[in-house]
Amino acid sequence: MGAAWLLRRLVASIAIIFAVVTFVFILIHVAPGRPCPENVDPAVCDQLNRQFSLDKSIPEQYWRYLIALAHGNLGYSFADGRPVREVIAGTIPFTLQLAGAALLLDFLLGLGLGIYQAVRVNRLPDVVLGNVTLFIYSLPTFWLALLLLLVFGEKLQWFPVGGASDPVLCPVVNSWYCVADRLWHTVLPAATLGLVGAAGTARFQRAAMLEVATQDYVRTARAKGVPERRVVLRHQLRNALLSFITRFGLAFPFLLTGAVLIETIFAWPGMGRLAFNAILSRDYPLVTATALIASTVVVAGNLVADILLGIADPRLRVRASADVEAVTA
Amino acid sequence: MTLGTWLALFVVLVVAAEAVRALRHRGLRQERWRRFFRHRTTSWGLGILAFLIIVALAAPLIAPFDPDRQLDILHLTNQPPSWTFLLGTDFLSRDIWSRVVYGARVSLGIGALGALMAVSLGTLVGALAGYYQRWIDAVLMRGVDVGLALPRIFILLMAVALWDGLPFAALVIAIGLTSWFGTSRLVRAEVLSLRQRDFVVAARALGADTGRVIFRHVLPNAAAPIIVSAALGVGNVLLLEASLSFLGIGIKPPGASWGNMIADGATSIYTAPWATLFPGLAISLVVMSLNAVADGVRDALDPREEPA
Repeated sequence: MGAAWLLRRLVASIAIIFAVVTFVFILIHVAPGRPCPENVDPAVCDQLNRQFSLDKSIPEQYWRYLIALAHGNLGYSFADGRPVREVIAGTIPFTLQLAGAALLLDFLLGLGLGIYQAVRVNRLPDVVLGNVTLFIYSLPTFWLALLLLLVFGEKLQWFPVGGASDPVLCPVVNSWYCVADRLWHTVLPAATLGLVGAAGTARFQRAAMLEVATQDYVRTARAKGVPERRVVLRHQLRNALLSFITRFGLAFPFLLTGAVLIETIFAWPGMGRLAFNAILSRDYPLVTATALIASTVVVAGNLVADILLGIADPRLRVRASADVEAVTA
Repeated sequence: MTLGTWLALFVVLVVAAEAVRALRHRGLRQERWRRFFRHRTTSWGLGILAFLIIVALAAPLIAPFDPDRQLDILHLTNQPPSWTFLLGTDFLSRDIWSRVVYGARVSLGIGALGALMAVSLGTLVGALAGYYQRWIDAVLMRGVDVGLALPRIFILLMAVALWDGLPFAALVIAIGLTSWFGTSRLVRAEVLSLRQRDFVVAARALGADTGRVIFRHVLPNAAAPIIVSAALGVGNVLLLEASLSFLGIGIKPPGASWGNMIADGATSIYTAPWATLFPGLAISLVVMSLNAVADGVRDALDPREEPA
């Protein structure tokens, strides 16, 4: 886990992202259909194609894209000619807000339930919660979203049915109203993603706690008279949290995939919906850029989880250096 | 619902329950099967799956109406559930129960085929990488790293939305081709540890060729994680198909899949919530059953046992 390890992982991560971008670039360019809508004058289309270099061969376009990317230029959206960076930057706060709220609910509720179940293992609360989490974990997120929308949005009218803020009142009332209003709009979409995630986390955490429960050090702790509370919190939980770190890294793909559907249903102006619309309108630079960001998030999540794991678990450091010695020997 | 369809439904219920009971009865003699059936949820999961599979196979007997027929677009749209229309009708006056029954064929079919493809591919790649190691391992696993970093839903959206009018088979293949990366990692890890074991070394020493060693000696011993990931895979593929169909780019209308039924229902969700409710419930039931069965398999085949 030294600097060499980190450097190797960083290089590998960049290579992976590069490969993803290449793959997406090729896929979107060889897909049938052109970005120009059919009802537009062909002469205008030709001119636009020249402007965006779409008349060049695919390898040449790829080369130009890479050069631009190396300069930090993600290109210009076909839709309105705005820089892709600007278009995406406008959606990121919303995606972060939604994903952050969902993650918070996911981890807090999921960890709490999982630990509680493990402490009460095979007793009534555990069995009931086990069935409930199994059910929620199996729900299609977009279906749950529709049901929550129906019950809490339409029937009870507790929460707004879509959008990220109130477009009429927010600009005229004070800024605190706006903050509250945005949080209010976040509740339903975040609850959808967070609840399904929390059910998964609870199942995972329960299993992790129980796996640790049979370890010798837990038995020893009990045998030498450590109070039960301390056994659970210090000996079981701290070790079970190690595998939770890995899960933390895996939560990002779930949030990204879920985000496309949830953001579409709740008309949430985030990156998932942007990517979906970009694909449908064949906005090549926007599609490639969202794929770039999505894969970067996934890869970075894994890398951060591995680094955290290395810091948290001294056993891994020993094993990693042993691996290196075995390879070099 | 006529008497005949009620009768058929009743027969299916009895057959499914009996099948699970017979299996459970036989299984209780063996320690491994006893562990599989230890959770009550596992039996329920198997029962629900058996029920839905038979329903899908016997769809013409159980569905009272043609699933795609608009019964009466003037008078019978958005009817609530009743004895005639067991689960109500949708905004085009189609019988939802019949569509759920026929949709089971599409949804379960895609789930099973897609997962079969993904798990076979993942097992093959994982076994090759783990067994041969060296450059084959390096190349395959770097490919898997990239595959795991691909935003899968974007790739599928691109593949399915842009190549308009893809046939059913292409959808299955596209889903299968993007869903095997996790399995291959799992299988590779398993093979890596198995190939050092004495019985594998012995088989090699006796002159068994590589194919035989991999398929007869190594893979059968890695069955547990493969079966578990297959069960979970069916559920994942089913959810994926439903998501794509919900976004309007999976199974094309008027053919019924549970995903596009939810999409159809969403257009009239405030007046006819049942059109959205029931297909989603069907998806949830299947995925839940698969998860329950996967839990059972894991318990039965995993030597690291949790305290009872």
